[in-house]
Amino acid sequence: MATSKTKARMNAYDEDKSIGLTIHRIVCYVVLSIFAFLAIFFFYLLLINATRSHNEIQTSLSLLPGNNLLINLLGDKSGNSKFVGVLNDPNLMILQGLLNSLIVSGLSALLSVYFSGMTAYGVHVYNFPGKQAFFNTILLIMTIPTQVSALGFYNLMNDWKLTNNFIPLVIPAVAAPTVFFFMKQYMESSLPIDIVEAARIDGSNEFRTFNEIILPILKPAFAVQAIFSFTASWNNYFMPALILDKPEMKTMPLWIAFVRGRELATLNFGEVYMVLALAIIPVMIVYFCFSKFIVAGVTLGSVKG
Amino acid sequence: MANASVAAPKKHKGISYEKWGYFFIAPFIIVYLIFNLVPLLQTFYFSFFEKYTNTATWETIERFVGFDQYVNLFTEGRIFSYLGNTMIMWVMGFIPQIVISLLFAYWFTSVRLRLKGLGFFKTVMYMPNLIMAAAFSMMFMLLFSNIGPINEIIKNFTNGEAFAFMGHTWSARGLVALMNFLMWFGNTTILLMAAMMGVDASIVEAAEIDGCTSSQIFWKIVLPIIRPILIYVLITSLVGGLQMFDVPSILTNGKGNPNDSTTTLIMYLNTLISRSKNYGQGGCVSVVIFIICAVLSMIVYYFFTDAGVEKREKRKSFKIAKGGK
Repeated sequence: MATSKTKARMNAYDEDKSIGLTIHRIVCYVVLSIFAFLAIFFFYLLLINATRSHNEIQTSLSLLPGNNLLINLLGDKSGNSKFVGVLNDPNLMILQGLLNSLIVSGLSALLSVYFSGMTAYGVHVYNFPGKQAFFNTILLIMTIPTQVSALGFYNLMNDWKLTNNFIPLVIPAVAAPTVFFFMKQYMESSLPIDIVEAARIDGSNEFRTFNEIILPILKPAFAVQAIFSFTASWNNYFMPALILDKPEMKTMPLWIAFVRGRELATLNFGEVYMVLALAIIPVMIVYFCFSKFIVAGVTLGSVKG
Repeated sequence: MANASVAAPKKHKGISYEKWGYFFIAPFIIVYLIFNLVPLLQTFYFSFFEKYTNTATWETIERFVGFDQYVNLFTEGRIFSYLGNTMIMWVMGFIPQIVISLLFAYWFTSVRLRLKGLGFFKTVMYMPNLIMAAAFSMMFMLLFSNIGPINEIIKNFTNGEAFAFMGHTWSARGLVALMNFLMWFGNTTILLMAAMMGVDASIVEAAEIDGCTSSQIFWKIVLPIIRPILIYVLITSLVGGLQMFDVPSILTNGKGNPNDSTTTLIMYLNTLISRSKNYGQGGCVSVVIFIICAVLSMIVYYFFTDAGVEKREKRKSFKIAKGGK
């Protein structure tokens, strides 16, 4: 980084061109603000619309919340309209959908960080024959999308009578190449082998070392990867659409697709926006709590600059 | 080092820990084999067999047909137009994405500008990447539908006539591209920023003293240095683009309106698997996507291993130093 000498030079430089620089900075801030606004605007609007009534949404855009939040959620009991609200709609099982999404995503996140982290640890710590070949293979398969094997997967799950079951959505998370790669990168930079050797001298067996000594050390990295796995699984539409079709098994993206399948003219927009809001709020909450770590994790997961 | 001297006699006693590695990687391998490799091979297998279910008797009939289904697929030609759709929508989103991301990354890392509020901008711009694409797409459908609020505004200028965004090829594709852009520009900005921070500040400074303009520094110094990361971003984005499904599928209710102009490869595959149960054709489509991705992943792989050369070299010399002691 800049030393005091270069800083002084920069300051002199700044004074030379201070007006030009100020203008340049203002342009930057304006453009950045426009795009930051674009990035957040639609989600803000989505949440706002979830609190407004069908008529309000249809006739005008508003940036201020309405007072239809509870009506969109629970229905309108006072008026003579037939509107029942998201939670009481007999055709929508949104609470069940949220629970299903939570189960699938939670288990996927746990399995993928634990087992793929364990795999990274195995490759990082032990020099077994075939290690390099294994590592290279994972690098190769990392960019192959799961969709290309979806046909065989769907067929296999049909044969095993595992459709409308969470197992096909949860168990494959054990083998997550991206989590493996991230954890391997992370271990290379911050897990000295000495710790493992010290544990051995103290008589800890290898799995205990991993579970009781390594896991706590790597907790931050595991947490970030758990969040990424959780959101990926929470937002996943393709695989659940193949595997699940019973209403009581559907996850949130499938409920959105279900609502999309209804006739546009019959939709109550307040209700639809409420479904969308319920689908994105859990991830939004997680993001705003951990955004610092998540944003930092984005670069760690890929190549280092 | 003390550790080295402790580890050495252990080896003489014949206690080797290295085999434990297999136990650690076993769950990964087993699950990968069962849930990825077997289905993948089965997908390949289906592409050479005609398989259909007789819905009356639930009997499955299988017949080896060799490359016939591939010939069918290519002569029928729909796969080319779907690949075309996918690529067009990807390019329409990717070009603004890479331009904006390069610009923002350059601004954020510029020593001269020293912008404030980096954390805030990064956090806000990355957010759409984590939000459910299906929800985002559904919302766009509502906003841009003929009775949506955007058209309420348009109607003021067109004497009450709505513009059917989902009824015109380029506006429908444009909406998909716009969503992809909004979802990914933050992610790309963060990646390119990390790359640009790796550019040695003294090189830039020297160029400045030599009288280079900002744009010269950007095009002649920064861009060539971060080229490997640019290639990485390009290819991972391309592979992501090939998987485009959620956004166009929800936007058009799985129909690819208008006239199949927004139907992507994966939407086609999805229809073949779950609606028409055409396993043979589905297998062929999968194999085609697999081959494209495999080629792309080879490029990433070589890139990774080239980038890893330095690191490996360093580790090797470290080991030699350790052994020497």
